Amino acid sequence: MRFRAKMIDIGCLNHFTRVVNTISKLTKTCTLRLTTDKLYFILSDKVANGGVSMWCELSQGNFFDEFQLEGVSTEHNEIYMDLAAENLSRALKTAHNAKSLKIKLTNKHCPCITVAIELPSLSRVSRVVTHDIPVGVIPKKLWNDFKEPSVPDFDVSIYLPPLKTMKNVVERMKNLSNFLVLEANLNGEMNLKIETDLVSVTTHFKDLGNPSWGDNGSQDSTQDRDPETMMDVKVDIRKLLQFLAGQQVNPSKVICNIVNKRIVHFILLHEDVSLQYFIPAHA
Amino acid sequence: MPLSTQLEAGEEQYVLIASLDNARNLSNILKAIQFKDHATFLATSNGIKVTVEDSKCLQANAFIQAEIFQEFSIQEDSVMFRVNLAVLLDCLTIFGGSAVPGVTTALKMCYNGYGYPLTLFLEEGGVVTVCKINTQEPEETLDFDFCSTNVINKVILQSDSLREAFSELDMTSEVLQITMSPDKPYFRLSTFGNSGSAHCDYPKDSDMMEVFQCTQTQTNRYKMSLLKPSTKALSLSCKVSIRTDNRGFLSLQYMVRNDDGQICFIEYFCCPDEEVGEQEQ
Repeated sequence: MRFRAKMIDIGCLNHFTRVVNTISKLTKTCTLRLTTDKLYFILSDKVANGGVSMWCELSQGNFFDEFQLEGVSTEHNEIYMDLAAENLSRALKTAHNAKSLKIKLTNKHCPCITVAIELPSLSRVSRVVTHDIPVGVIPKKLWNDFKEPSVPDFDVSIYLPPLKTMKNVVERMKNLSNFLVLEANLNGEMNLKIETDLVSVTTHFKDLGNPSWGDNGSQDSTQDRDPETMMDVKVDIRKLLQFLAGQQVNPSKVICNIVNKRIVHFILLHEDVSLQYFIPAHA
Repeated sequence: MPLSTQLEAGEEQYVLIASLDNARNLSNILKAIQFKDHATFLATSNGIKVTVEDSKCLQANAFIQAEIFQEFSIQEDSVMFRVNLAVLLDCLTIFGGSAVPGVTTALKMCYNGYGYPLTLFLEEGGVVTVCKINTQEPEETLDFDFCSTNVINKVILQSDSLREAFSELDMTSEVLQITMSPDKPYFRLSTFGNSGSAHCDYPKDSDMMEVFQCTQTQTNRYKMSLLKPSTKALSLSCKVSIRTDNRGFLSLQYMVRNDDGQICFIEYFCCPDEEVGEQEQ
């Protein structure tokens, strides 16, 4: 297995840093999957995560100037590894001014992702800062655990309101309750609701717009339904806040799909990065 | 406007309706008296008084006059209820704690009477939040029986200078001793902490001293832990009046200017520390 890649554009570097920062805020450890075309940051829905799962996909061509990969075999030209995103995030902190960034898979005392950052310096010789991030290579027999989640058969699909507003409200609600009900309808309306012995709070968002999914099975079944009917999911507030507060990338639109009483699915699309996040309903 | 259409049906039922274009004109002043979980609200045609008490020795009152509100209507002589202040503040600041220039949260506060929750309608940028906060049986608030005729000593200071003095107070001292006198040291704050005693004096003709009316030398001690919360009101205020009466009871009155330049008052009453408090005649 071999992997080496190089990034020299400062804009790409900063964008990549923002994506990694977002990932590190969503989860402590995740799986990094490398293919010849794409990088994936994956969190699969184990009980340990509270059932939350994440799938983030980047086209390597939009970030890297050089990208060479030799996977586990010619047939399966991919590498899967466990990684603490925070370590990568910390390494990238030194790169905000960098001339170039090189990433490669190495074997120091254990498998590592080595990040070498070339920094500008006054002398003719550049300064290089190197970070060795320990990773756990995942054997092929376990790759099935990290399959791309399919878009669920949702009952409602709606665009989220501005994330900042939503985050402010959810942050306050977190002081008042552990759980929140997120509900939305086909009329572009979304409500966030909490209810405890002490207080009930409902925030109403309107005119959000519902994305059209074209010729999709889920959409057909919703045609007969009254657009005013709300579909809802009750979630752990901290998980929702983690998703909202972590966003460093300013997405153009965030889509929210709700499977009534089961799961909420968020999709962020920003230029060349797509991030999906699933929060299951609280039992 | 979304808020008024929501209320059309039930408006007759409310015994109290109070509206503000800027909810911060209420939340800021309430934050300054938030040292306990619960507060008692008393509304009359004059406005709203919010009271918070501690261990029967300290009482803080915030007064928001009816004129501060854009709409204020009350159907009874007086309306009183008790709420969880922390919950109320989280609701009033539901759209975020920090002030964004040019953006305000509009508030409509409604109360149906005994047994009903306090309902808040908040709106910012077209987004509406409705909060229903459960109210409790109002408890009798203390009457410190502090009247101006019994006031022995009074000073009015500009808050700036007192803020500095308070920020430098030795917090290891269990008490804050206040000496007020027509003679030197005029107005003195003293502490007795781990490092020793410290005194901060204000001469009667200092620039900061707006009013100096001391008739008798008085030295009183107050528990530091009781007075500490008053620093929030101090930081919000532009002027503070400090008065002691013939029993050594302390009244601190803070003049606060809100976002729109309107004046509100916060008042703290404190009993002298029983163990040591002796007046020097």
